[in-house]
Amino acid sequence: MTLLVATQVRHLFGGLCAVADFNLELQAGQLMGIIGPNGAGKTTIFNLITGVYQATEGSIRFNGTELVGLTPHQITALRIGRTFQNIRLFRDLSVLDNVRIAHYAQANYSPLEALLHIGRYRREEQRIIDNARRLLAIFKLEHLAGETAKNLPYGLQRRLEIARALAIDPELLLLDEPAAGMNPNEIDQLMEFIQWIRAEFKLTILLIEHQMKLVMGICERIKVLDFGETLAEGPPTAIQNDPKVLEAYLGEGPVG
Amino acid sequence: MNIALKYCWNELLEQAWLVPVLLLIGFGLAFAIPEYNWLNKYIQLVLMYIGINIILTVSLNLVNGYMGEFSLAHAGFMAVGAYTAALLTMKVLPVAAYPVLFPLAVLAGGMVAAVMGLIVAVPSFKIRGDYLAIITLAFLMIVKSVIENIDYIGGPRGIPGIKRLTTLPWVFFWTVATVWMIRNFVYSKYGRGVLSIREDEIASDLMSVNTKRVKFLAFMLSSFCAGVAGALFAHLLQFISPRVFDIIKTTDVLIMVYLGGIASIGGSILGATAYTALMELLRPSTMAALLDWLPEFVFNPLNQYIIQNLGVWRMVIMPLLLVLVMLYWPRGIMGQREFRGFIPRRDRVAHRRLNDPGEKP
Ligand SMILES: Nc1ncnc2c1ncn2[C@@H]1O[C@H](COP(=O)(O)OP(=O)(O)O)[C@@H](O)[C@H]1O
Ligand SMILES: [Mg+2]
Repeated sequence: MTLLVATQVRHLFGGLCAVADFNLELQAGQLMGIIGPNGAGKTTIFNLITGVYQATEGSIRFNGTELVGLTPHQITALRIGRTFQNIRLFRDLSVLDNVRIAHYAQANYSPLEALLHIGRYRREEQRIIDNARRLLAIFKLEHLAGETAKNLPYGLQRRLEIARALAIDPELLLLDEPAAGMNPNEIDQLMEFIQWIRAEFKLTILLIEHQMKLVMGICERIKVLDFGETLAEGPPTAIQNDPKVLEAYLGEGPVG
Repeated sequence: MNIALKYCWNELLEQAWLVPVLLLIGFGLAFAIPEYNWLNKYIQLVLMYIGINIILTVSLNLVNGYMGEFSLAHAGFMAVGAYTAALLTMKVLPVAAYPVLFPLAVLAGGMVAAVMGLIVAVPSFKIRGDYLAIITLAFLMIVKSVIENIDYIGGPRGIPGIKRLTTLPWVFFWTVATVWMIRNFVYSKYGRGVLSIREDEIASDLMSVNTKRVKFLAFMLSSFCAGVAGALFAHLLQFISPRVFDIIKTTDVLIMVYLGGIASIGGSILGATAYTALMELLRPSTMAALLDWLPEFVFNPLNQYIIQNLGVWRMVIMPLLLVLVMLYWPRGIMGQREFRGFIPRRDRVAHRRLNDPGEKP
């Protein structure tokens, strides 16, 4: 089943064409990587999918629903979770609240019930806090539940951001450079971790990454962007040997 | 403190009956004090002002503290509530025969103010920070000049002869009701939405928070409470005019918010109480009465040069206090922290400052 389809997506920032003629077909359960040099338009594609920017042209469909024109929270509520290249946690809030906030769309009670703490409020809040703690436990952050997010070390902040994205209960998870700032050892752990959450939460994953080791190691398909244009797409082995890619992006010879 | 004692104290704070019992005692006192004249009339009046200011402070804190905007419109919402309620009790509701109808007028004042809150919420979708502050200031000025230009409601002269319907029990009731609602709102998905908007609005939207809806609700609730406070205020002062609800009134509330500390209900209650009491102390009559016991040769010059001029000094002290608090004490009495008793049990583990009293860089 095709989960995400982007057709002829184009996005301009003023005169700058950040994304041109972008096409994508993502099958449910797939793990796809997007690579490309800085400024290639990778993050912009995530922002187009999640509604931060409106595509200038083209269509993006998720489970048959057109995403172009929807607001970010509507798109997120369709079960698309994401992380950010530069961590964007709610820094002054607690770890637990960071995860609870992402339950907003699932919390099924009205403003009146919230104002009086009646009706569905109690049951829903209990369910949310239980689920948030379950996620924190899975991510080994439970003992930090009451800690202010900004006090966490960098690596844990990255982990918390993924936990928060999973609180959306996503079908599709978008990871923007999850290995940024990690050493080779940590990257190995992250690769295992991504494959584990993918199986555990039955996720389809689209990830942007610079670390070739990670991309080549876990992605089933890879898309190469350069200056907003798609250079190549295919399985890792094909990408590694694609002359266009080698020439334009990888430059110094085969990668591994 | 003795460990056993501390344990007992903590146990006591955990009891489910504690809050209802305290409320019952409070209500009892609110009825008994005026009934049996336990405190003199002036102190009773101050108590009522404290209650009204608590409502104003907690509700402004929702927007300025929890949401992180800087609204200056609060006195405008207060004016809307005051005028609506005053007109109702004077022209529509037969409150003379049925004083029990008074809460209807207060409720109506709050609801009309809440509708006005929507008007300020709409620009907040697009505009934040300083620019939104200017828009709220414009709103305040528009409210004032609209009132000044409607002759039916007294224009710049205002409305005299409002019935004195605000009593200590009513103030107590409305204070408890509004603070309770705001506290409930804060500890719900909407309240967390408000906090996440303050932290990072785009990330908030991307975590499924309907930011527009949350802003609507927060502005409406905040202005509703301001309207309620205005209605109570009008029926206590018995006279309202556009001048009563100018920028000075907003500044008063701002000081109470920042003195008490942002994003804290307990802080707002303390801030409002402390500031109201301080301002009352700085009244010439109060100060003179308090220092009465001094020997005459000290009291007389003091009275002549300082005490009688306190009215002027208040206007100096007030803005100065705001500047000083914001510069040197940005956290106020309990910024970002909360009384344990105000936090629903379920939320306590998530409340950052309980486990993290020290500010780490
Ligand atoms: N909000 C924006 N306004 C203007 N230009 C932008 C904006 N965001 C990104 N760009 C530009 O679009 C191009 C693609 O950026 P981006 O998607 O962040 O690249 P990548 O993630 O691949 O490094 C860059 O040239 C960048 O400068
Ligand atoms: Mg990027």
